[in-house]
Amino acid sequence: MIMDADETTVIERDHLIGRVEEFKKQGYRLVQLHCTKVGDTYEINYSFDLDYQFRNLKIVVDGQTEVPSISGIYWGAFIYENEMHDLFGIRVVGMNVDFGGNLFRTAKKNPFANPTFRGEGPCPGE
Amino acid sequence: MSRRIIVPFGPQHPVLPEPIHLDLVLQDERVVEAIPSIGYIHRGLETLVAKREYPEYVYIAERTCGICSFIHGMTYCQGVEQVMNLEVPERALFLRTIWSEYSRMHSHLLWLGLFADAIGFENLFMASWRLRESVLDVLEETTGGRVIQGSCKVGGVRRDIPGETLECMVRDLEGFERDFKEIANVFLRDESIIARTRGVGVLSHGDAYHLGAVGPTARGSGVAIDLRKTGYAAYGKIHFKPVVETDGDCYARCAVRVKEVFSSIDIVRQAAAKIPEGEIEVKPKGNPNGECFSRAEQPRGELVHYVKGDGSRHLVRSRIRTPTLTNVPPLVKMLAGCELADVPVIVLSIDPCIGCMER
Amino acid sequence: MTHLSKSPWILHYDASSCNGCDIEVLACLSPLYDVERFGIINTGNPKHADVLVITGGINEQNREVVKNLYDQMPDPKVVVAVGICASTGGVFRECYNVVGGIDCIIPVDVYVPGCAARPESIIDGIVRALSILEEKKKNPAPGRAAMGGER
Repeated sequence: MIMDADETTVIERDHLIGRVEEFKKQGYRLVQLHCTKVGDTYEINYSFDLDYQFRNLKIVVDGQTEVPSISGIYWGAFIYENEMHDLFGIRVVGMNVDFGGNLFRTAKKNPFANPTFRGEGPCPGE
Repeated sequence: MSRRIIVPFGPQHPVLPEPIHLDLVLQDERVVEAIPSIGYIHRGLETLVAKREYPEYVYIAERTCGICSFIHGMTYCQGVEQVMNLEVPERALFLRTIWSEYSRMHSHLLWLGLFADAIGFENLFMASWRLRESVLDVLEETTGGRVIQGSCKVGGVRRDIPGETLECMVRDLEGFERDFKEIANVFLRDESIIARTRGVGVLSHGDAYHLGAVGPTARGSGVAIDLRKTGYAAYGKIHFKPVVETDGDCYARCAVRVKEVFSSIDIVRQAAAKIPEGEIEVKPKGNPNGECFSRAEQPRGELVHYVKGDGSRHLVRSRIRTPTLTNVPPLVKMLAGCELADVPVIVLSIDPCIGCMER
Repeated sequence: MTHLSKSPWILHYDASSCNGCDIEVLACLSPLYDVERFGIINTGNPKHADVLVITGGINEQNREVVKNLYDQMPDPKVVVAVGICASTGGVFRECYNVVGGIDCIIPVDVYVPGCAARPESIIDGIVRALSILEEKKKNPAPGRAAMGGER
């Protein structure tokens, strides 16, 4: 067996729910969701797997666009959607379990959208 | 009907070596709902790709988690190699397989010990951890590090294992297997362990699959997902069967891990017999440009490293999807309806690795 | 140090470590290293503990937790920072969510080097901490101990 090449399809946001439902019907399991910042836009990847066949859907949105939640189709997706919301500030609507931005409690809001780094030198006290 | 109360569980809790926080909504002694909240270990290490060049980032990837550190490093390297179209020498692939399996044995023994401790069986904790030291000795002898090995690099591995050491390792596995059989017997047959684990925290086959459970959590419920079957590293040349149990309770998940240690021993033996001579690394030329999902089987389940490069020395994005993160929704399902006293056992049964999960 | 006047109990907390040092702290309790031969027991309750062993650096969410644990421990008490993350922030010192070493929140008495710290050095560090504990018992500091410690 050799590693299957990842197959990625770029789709429109409006087609997302329909395509994810198709995957569910065919018996794929949800592997992960993740977000990448490219310039000013965000690429969101949805990965599925069936018998080690790896498939990806990708949507490209800007920071303001509302993204529909797929947690109605895959219950466990809430963990990734909350993560995406907390780290990147993606607006996900309709999550079944909404932590309201409290899954990752970070000092800085949406830290992955504009990553900053603590410099060298002494650490700030209280 | 009695009043509902909320009991906080963690972040600092005697059975947990790491902090996770759960709000347990209770009715009498029964858990109605469990709400996880994380972030106590969140460092944001994925953003460090902007600070470290892609060959250096291996060290960060390895330090995502100190328990399965080798497999993190390897999966990241695999991803970068695939983007750069690097042909890794066969010997390096076999060495990666061998170290992965030793990591799995050490991780499973560690977990078995902690699990025994959570049940209150301290003697068994000590026995498991004593045996684990012999696995760590091998890792230290061959890589230089006990828990963080640092032996994987983009394009191959950093060190070779000489033939006579390999022979010695295989010889020592015999004694290890004999000692482990004794412990395994206790885990699988002891009455008190069965009483604490049988029928506790049941996850059905359907739930395990659709909620995205991976690793022993999925295989304990009869879902035969084992990424090693995709044949990464040298697994394509090795015969083994994923260990599957069907009951879906804590006992089944424990049994999967016990049996996987035996399967790891077998894989190391096969790999040691089949390993070819040759180079152990190729020099990467240029910089990664493109994206790739790299997947591997960690002791806790499927690990996904996503790497995206733009042709510079720094990657644009590294995303690490760890097995514990995806095992959280199944855990929430398992906890609903259980007894409060069983919560530590159930939480441990997914082998939570919080360092991994929060990154 | 030739003898101890009491059995010191340790409380282990994982601040934001990668687990590497944590499992080495636990390995110290296992039969090969066996810190119990010094009478040391790992407890889960801060109110029973004399030595606070922390692995990993402080991050934004756990600073309160660490402070809280420290405050709950009875005096005299010592703090051991295990590993480079606990000492300075280590490889993660630049991460946005990491504040730094343990000593920016609570006073640290002993720093144990290593990534991951080896069980031998952890035991050395704890034994070193015990002599500091003895001293603190003999000469109780008036009020709260000053920041900083022995490097």
